[in-house]
Amino acid sequence: MGSYVLRRVLQMIPVFFGTTFLIFVMVYTLPGDPVVALFGDKAADPSVVANIKHTYYLDQPLWKQYLHYMGNLFQGDFGTSFTGRPVADIMADAFPVTIRLALLAFAFEIVVGLAFGVVSGLKRGSIADTLVLVLTLVVISIPVFVLAYIAQTVFATNLGWTTPTVQDSYDLTQLVLPAVVLASLSLAFVARLTRTSIGENLRADYIRTATAKGLPRRTIITRHLLRNSLIPVITFLGTDLGALMGGAIVTEGIFNVQGIGNVLYRAINQKEGPTVVGIVTVLVIIYLVASLLVDLLYAVLDPRIRYA
Amino acid sequence: MGTAAQTTERERGAPYEGPLLDVRDLHVEFVTRDGVAKAVNGVNYSVSAGETLAVLGESGSGKSVTAQAIMGILDMPPARIPRGEIRFRGQDMLKMGKEERRRIRGGRIAMIFQDALSSLNPVLSVGFQLSEMFRAHRGASRKEAKAKAVELMDRVRIPAAKDRVNDYPHQFSGGMRQRIMIAMALALEPDLIIADEPTTALDVTVQAQVMDLLAELQAEFHMGLILITHDLGVVADVADKIAVMYAGRIVETAPVHDLYARPAHPYTRGLLDSIPRLDQKGQELYAIKGLPPNLLRIPPGCAFNPRCPRAQDVCRAEVPELFPVTEEDGTPQEGRGSACFFWKETLHDR
Amino acid sequence: MPDIHDEDSYERHPKPGVDRLDFAGEQGMAVEQETLVEPDVVKREQARSLWGDAWRDLRRRPIFLISVLLIVLLVLMAIFPWAFTDANPRKADLVHDYLKRPDWTDFFGAGWFGYDAQGRSIYARVVYGARASITVGIVVTVGVTLLGGLTGMVAGYFGGAVDAVISRIIDIFFGIPLLLGALVLLNGFASRTVWAVVFALVVLGWTQIARVMRGAVLTVKQSDYVVAGRALGAGTGRLMFRHILPNAVAPVIVVATIALGGYIATEATLSFLGIGLQEPTISWGIDISSAQKVIRTAPYVMFFPAAALSITVLAFIMMGDAVRDALDPKLR
Repeated sequence: MGSYVLRRVLQMIPVFFGTTFLIFVMVYTLPGDPVVALFGDKAADPSVVANIKHTYYLDQPLWKQYLHYMGNLFQGDFGTSFTGRPVADIMADAFPVTIRLALLAFAFEIVVGLAFGVVSGLKRGSIADTLVLVLTLVVISIPVFVLAYIAQTVFATNLGWTTPTVQDSYDLTQLVLPAVVLASLSLAFVARLTRTSIGENLRADYIRTATAKGLPRRTIITRHLLRNSLIPVITFLGTDLGALMGGAIVTEGIFNVQGIGNVLYRAINQKEGPTVVGIVTVLVIIYLVASLLVDLLYAVLDPRIRYA
Repeated sequence: MGTAAQTTERERGAPYEGPLLDVRDLHVEFVTRDGVAKAVNGVNYSVSAGETLAVLGESGSGKSVTAQAIMGILDMPPARIPRGEIRFRGQDMLKMGKEERRRIRGGRIAMIFQDALSSLNPVLSVGFQLSEMFRAHRGASRKEAKAKAVELMDRVRIPAAKDRVNDYPHQFSGGMRQRIMIAMALALEPDLIIADEPTTALDVTVQAQVMDLLAELQAEFHMGLILITHDLGVVADVADKIAVMYAGRIVETAPVHDLYARPAHPYTRGLLDSIPRLDQKGQELYAIKGLPPNLLRIPPGCAFNPRCPRAQDVCRAEVPELFPVTEEDGTPQEGRGSACFFWKETLHDR
Repeated sequence: MPDIHDEDSYERHPKPGVDRLDFAGEQGMAVEQETLVEPDVVKREQARSLWGDAWRDLRRRPIFLISVLLIVLLVLMAIFPWAFTDANPRKADLVHDYLKRPDWTDFFGAGWFGYDAQGRSIYARVVYGARASITVGIVVTVGVTLLGGLTGMVAGYFGGAVDAVISRIIDIFFGIPLLLGALVLLNGFASRTVWAVVFALVVLGWTQIARVMRGAVLTVKQSDYVVAGRALGAGTGRLMFRHILPNAVAPVIVVATIALGGYIATEATLSFLGIGLQEPTISWGIDISSAQKVIRTAPYVMFFPAAALSITVLAFIMMGDAVRDALDPKLR
C-alpha cells in the first residue's frame, strides 16, 4: 500500500509541471499583445509598455517566465493581474463561491445519480429503469447552457421558486438551482455507469456463489454487489470534481454566480494572462488531488490493486 | 467442531429413510427473443446420503442447469420451471417459500463451482467469505465466525491457515482457491454437495488432490455428492453411479463400472470411444460426428438421432423413454437404464 | 447456438489439450455459459465474426435505425442545405420579419419556425447551422481517433519506458478540462473558423481515445494469437496492424461515436460563450447565444436551434450506445 501511494505521488509531479507548463504556453504564446490591449483604443507609449512587460517578466523567454512563476507559486505568490490586483486576492474572493457550488453539485450528483443507477441496475427492464434511461439520455443530449435556460424559465420565471439569477453568491439556497444544472450531465453519467456496472456484476460468478451460500438478498446486494459495482463509478467521480469546476464557467455565467468561472471567463476575454494561469493552475491542483484521493480509495476498495 | 456438529445434528432432525434428493420429471426452459430454449426436458435422478452420482454430459446438455435448478439459483426469468419436482428429504423444494429455500441453500445443500477465481468475491478476504456462512445461517459473531473459518481452512489443508485467513482470493493458487470453495461448501456440514466441474480449471496433478479431498470429506460427513463433469476420467474413481445427459435428458444411467464396461446407449459409446487410450496408439481417434443440437430446435424423436450411427426411422419419430436394461436372458441389471430403442444391440454388440 | 450443419465452425476453433468430450469446442462452451447468463445469445445460429454479429444485432434495434436515419438526414442537411429550404439564412428583414412568430401553415417555408431578432428565417438558420456542427463533430472525431489511437497503440504495444512517457503526456493533457482548455486556446486565434475549433478540440480531446486504445491493446497483446504471431516471427508492423488493431478497435469506435455528440455540444458551448465560431459562420451555438436577449418575449428563437442541437447530440449518443451494446454483449 505504501509503495503504491508513493508511486502515485511521484507520478503526479511531472503531470503537475507538465499541465501547468502547457497552460502557460497556451496563455502566453497567444497572438495579440495583452499589454497593448490594456490601453484600449488609446495609443500606448512604447516605453511604458516595455516597462510593464519588464515588471511582468513578459520580455523573458517563455521557459524563464515559467520558472519564475513556479518559483513564486511555491512561495504562495500567484502573481499580479494586469489591473494591479494580486491574483491570490481575486481567487480568494471567487473560489469559495465556486467550491460551494461544485460541492453542492457533487453531492447532488452522488446521491441522485447513484440512487437512479442502483434502482435501474437492479430492476432492469422495469418502468423505473426505462424512465432513468430516457431521462439520462435527454439530459446528456441537451447542452448545459440550454438546460440552464430551461431550468431558469421553469423554476424561476414560471414557478417562481427562486430568482432567475443569483443575487447573493454566498447564499447557499440560491445556489441550489445552478448546482442542479451544473450536476445534471455528470449525474446522468453516474446513473448510467452505475447501472451498467451493477448489471455486469449481477451476472458475475461470485454473486451466484453468494446466492448459493444462502445469504439473504439484502446482504448479497449491499456487501457483495454494491461494493464491486461502485469501483468504476468512484473513478469517474474523482475526475469529475475538476470537470465540475471547469463547467462552472457556463453555469456561473448564466446564473450570474460571482465565482471562479465568471472571473475566468472575463480574464480569458481580456487576455489577463496571470489571472487565467493562476486559476487554471489551482483547478489543475484540485483535479490532481482529487484523482489521487480516488486512486487511494480505489486501492482500499480493491485489494487486487493494493497488493499489485 | 463439536458444537457445530451438534447443531447440524439437531437441524438434520429425524433420520430420513428415502433418497436425500429426488429429482422427478424436471423441465427447465429459457425464454429468449428467438423462442424458448429447452435446456432440461424431464430429468429424473436421485442421490442418497453417502452416495456419489456423477452427471456426465457435454456443454449445453443441461447438467449445470439441472444443478442450478436444484440449488434454486437460476435467474427466473428468463428461466422457468414448467414441470417437475425436486424433493429434498421428501419435500418438494419447488413448492417452498423463498426464505425456506434460502435456508436450505448453503446450509443443507451446498455447491462448488468450476472457476474458483471468478466465483469468489475479489474484494473480500477469504476468511470473511467463509465466515459469512456462519454469520448468515447461524448468527455467529464476527469473532466466532472467523475462528471457524480458520478451522475450515485447516480442514481442507491450506497451509498456515491462521496467517492466510485475511488474504484475498487472487493471492492464492488455483488449487488452494478450489479448496477454499470446498471449505465454504462444507462449512455447515450440508447433507448434499453439488460440485459443478470442480477440477476442470485445475492442473492435472492438483485435480487429483482436490478430488481426493472431496471424496474423503464426503465419506467423513456421510454426505450425498452430485458430481457434474464432462471428464470421464474424473468420474471413474469416485462415483457410485452415473447419469449421462444429452440435450436436456438423461440418456443412460448405470453403476459406474457397468457403464464403462458395457455402455447401453450409442452416445455413451461414442464418448467412451473418443477417450484416447494407450493400446490404440497410432490409430485415429474416434469422434462423434456433428455438434450438439440447438436447444431452440431440438430434433424430433431422439435428440441424438442426427449424430447416431444406429439411427432408424423410429428414432426420428418417437422420443425413447428410459428403458430398463437387462441381460440377454432377461435378468434385470440393477440401476441401469438407456433411452435408446436399440439399447440391446448397443449393449451386446461388443 | 451451434448449428448441426455448421461443422466447419468447430474445425476453425480447434482447442488443443481439451478433453475430446468437449468436441463442441469453444462454441459449445459458449452456449452453456451464455445460456445460463444471457439467453439472448442463444439466437446465434452460426459462428460469425464480432462485426457480423454486431451488424445483425444492430439491424434489429429500432433505436439504432432511428438514430442512423437522423444522422443521415443531418449529414445531408450539412452537405445540401439548399435542398431543405429556399430561404436565405443570412437575409435579414428587420422591417417585416422582426421576431415574427412561427407560422405552422408555412410548412417547410421560411417562416415555419418564425424569425429571429434580426428578421432572419429561423428555419433556414437551423438547416444551415447543421454544417458547422456536423463538420466539427465528424472531423474532430476522426482527428482524435487517429491521434489518440496511434499514441495509445504505440504506448500499449511497446510498453516500458515508451508507455511511461506517453502515459504521462496523456495525463498532462487529461488534466486540462476540455472546455476550459479550448477557451484559452481559441482565444488566441484571430479568426475562429470551423478549423480552429477542430484544432483546439483535437489537441485537447485525443487523450480519452488514447487511454481506451492503450487499454485495449494491452489486453489484446496478451491473447494467444498475438503471442503465436510473435513466435512465428511476424514483424512489429504486421503484428500491430494485422493482429492487434482489428481486435482492439471495437472499444475505440464505441467511445468515439459517443464522444462525437459531446464534441458537437462543446462546439456549441464555445460558440455560445462567444469564443467558438464567429459570424458569418452559421452555428446553432451562436444563434442560441443571441437568442438569450429575447428569451422572455420570443422563446421560439432559442427553442429551434436548441432542439436541433439536442436532437443531433442525442442521435450520435444513441447510435454509440447501440453500437456498444451490439459489440459488447456483456454490457447489455
